[in-house]
Amino acid sequence: MSSGFSRGRNGGVVAVFEAAEVSLLRSLVSMMLGIVSPGQTSDDPLERALGIGDGAAPSDPVLARLFPSAYEDEKESVEFRRYTEATLRDGKRADAQTVHETARSGRFELSPEEAQAWLRSLNDLRLTLGTKLDVTEEVHDEIAMMSEDDPRYPAYVTYDWLTYLQDSLVRALW
Amino acid sequence: MTIVWNDPVNLMSYVTYVFQTVFGYTREKAEKLMMDVHHKGKAVVSSGTREEMERDVQILHSYGLWATLQPDSVK
Repeated sequence: MSSGFSRGRNGGVVAVFEAAEVSLLRSLVSMMLGIVSPGQTSDDPLERALGIGDGAAPSDPVLARLFPSAYEDEKESVEFRRYTEATLRDGKRADAQTVHETARSGRFELSPEEAQAWLRSLNDLRLTLGTKLDVTEEVHDEIAMMSEDDPRYPAYVTYDWLTYLQDSLVRALW
Repeated sequence: MTIVWNDPVNLMSYVTYVFQTVFGYTREKAEKLMMDVHHKGKAVVSSGTREEMERDVQILHSYGLWATLQPDSVK
């Protein structure tokens, strides 16, 4: 796979993707937009205007990983979530939308801001897949040993591909 | 204190890069913190007022790092 990122002009990056990779990436970020709903704020108009939510911790393991509890103390965690989760959700959605809108087949450039959005979104996708697959730090070796007939194989290969892309993007930005 | 915990997903290169970007740390310092997270399971990555720490945790969450806040004993 020759796709990936290299250093671009003015702090941006140059990306190279094949058409099939772009459709995979687009479907993955669309899935992300389905998982991360817009920030839900409370019924109170003033709280809604300030982006303050209800603060309840998500029960879904993927959402719990995307929006971790900030405090050991539950009361403090709820308070922190009330003030931050809606903004975080909107940020993750905006990052996913940036990937969806800027990804194209062939060679294209990303501005420094777009590259940061890609970086965060690729990580969100890895966290989502990684949580669903319950990956360990030895995931790369596990894939190497896995049979291609294994029903988990496509998801693991996708995860490995996202890992490769993210690492390539970090190195292009450094 | 802002604490970052080890997890099996976040890449070593990415975690180092995020520490550099978010805190303006040198690559050397960022790498040392990343290695602490990796080997010891967690590391204190910043300290300051509660407001500053909450801002740091929120930014780290936007990058997908598993960050928590531990209030200092003196409030």
